Amino acid sequence: MVEMKNVTMVYQSGTEALDGVSFSIKDGEFVFLVGPSGSGKTTLMKLITGEIRAKSGKIIVNDFDMRKIKRRKLPKVRKTLGIVFQDYRLIENMNVYDNVAFAMRVVGARRREIRERVPYVLDLVGLSGREKRMPDELSGGEQQRVAIARALVNNPRMVVADEPTGNLDPVRSLELMLLLEKINDMGTTVLVVTHEKELVNALGKRVIAIDNGRVISDTEEGGYFGYEIE
Amino acid sequence: MRLNRSGYLIREGFRSIGTHGFMSFATVTIIMACLIIMGSVTLLSNIKSLENQNEVVAFVDENYTEDSARALQGSIEEIENISEVEFITRGEAFDTFMENYSSDLAEGLDTEVLRDRYVIHLTDISQMAETKSALESIEGIAKVKAHLDYAKTFITIRNVVSVVSLALIAMLVFVSIFIMSNTIKLATFGRREEIAIMKMVGASNAFIRLPFIVEGLVLGILGGGLGFLAEWGVYEVLTKKVVGSMAGSFLPILPFDQIALPMFVAYMAIGVFIGVFGGVNAIRNYLDV
Repeated sequence: MVEMKNVTMVYQSGTEALDGVSFSIKDGEFVFLVGPSGSGKTTLMKLITGEIRAKSGKIIVNDFDMRKIKRRKLPKVRKTLGIVFQDYRLIENMNVYDNVAFAMRVVGARRREIRERVPYVLDLVGLSGREKRMPDELSGGEQQRVAIARALVNNPRMVVADEPTGNLDPVRSLELMLLLEKINDMGTTVLVVTHEKELVNALGKRVIAIDNGRVISDTEEGGYFGYEIE
Repeated sequence: MRLNRSGYLIREGFRSIGTHGFMSFATVTIIMACLIIMGSVTLLSNIKSLENQNEVVAFVDENYTEDSARALQGSIEEIENISEVEFITRGEAFDTFMENYSSDLAEGLDTEVLRDRYVIHLTDISQMAETKSALESIEGIAKVKAHLDYAKTFITIRNVVSVVSLALIAMLVFVSIFIMSNTIKLATFGRREEIAIMKMVGASNAFIRLPFIVEGLVLGILGGGLGFLAEWGVYEVLTKKVVGSMAGSFLPILPFDQIALPMFVAYMAIGVFIGVFGGVNAIRNYLDV
């Protein structure tokens, strides 16, 4: 879950990225975060993942107070999050299996747990049989599936995806969104930042739109309802 | 920390060394060079033993009987800066003279021609002049022979050697830490994607840092160990050369096994210090974790 109340974020340069943003995302929800470039979406994501700290307001992520949490405690928050990026961020010299297993190894999972869990998530994202492939042998859609498998492998409470379909064609994008929906159906909260109007409308989920650092609409089972993305 | 996790961190440390082998080699080499120079300074410090060999000879008034001459020992020992006093009778001195020079030269000489004497070893060679004066002031001491010029030259050389060596060691330790830091910075750069992913999935800061510290530690231990072995070789070669030469007769050379353990411990400690400090320094500056 995410709870934001009157969150303001001003960068050191003086740029005001967020101005009094308030919304909440309950456990198990699927939410799209939309808005034009420079609207504050990335800042919101960074606040949720603890990369930056807000100037004022209240931010609770999976029961952690992100304004008060000590830096050394951030890994605890991140263990509850699965993060997916537009550019996949796979390790080039590791195969599919190792890319996913790596996420478990570095948080201290046992070998047996890794052996059981990695094939399960690879199957979930439709990559069974491709364990030995290297990232450069995969299509963009497959690489993003690996990234999703890696985000899921530690069983996070929430998946946060920043423009996950940005490098994919419409068909692959839809497939990926349906995969995220499937993950959400299994109980994981999903927050997706996207520009893809058709996808947002096709899935009919809650949409939070921001512009100029403010929430301008928050609609259930939405689409844009007149809000146009640049 | 569980065993498999520790194993993972150690493996990662070694893997990192292999991925930039040339820099790792350079790092180990510079640590070795630093330690060899430091070890050589320790060898030079054996001059301190030479210093102990430096002696003052106090000749007893020739009118004193042997017993009276022996009675002066107490007064001599009361003087500060004297570490050892040895009484040599005129007869013993004559015998030594006979051993060192041709018996023809001594022919016709009376065995009583030489004086009883004290061979005195000093604690601090730099206080030689004061000690000489104190000895001369003892009633019954006729003459004191001390190589003041020699002592002065020796002290100057020792001081210069010490200062230059310390400066060299400080510079080399600094350079070693700098190269170690850069090697590990290179490792962090090469693995930045992995580090970003580790942070993203919630790896602890210690977990992210440890492979780099392991890397520094391994390089430091390698540098320390190889430096010790190289110094051993240098020491053995020099010892053989010195012992076989004229210098060997007055240079007291310790067998390596007598200094091996403290030297090994010192080399390892310095290697580990350079490795860990270099590693921590590199991560602190280049990893925002």
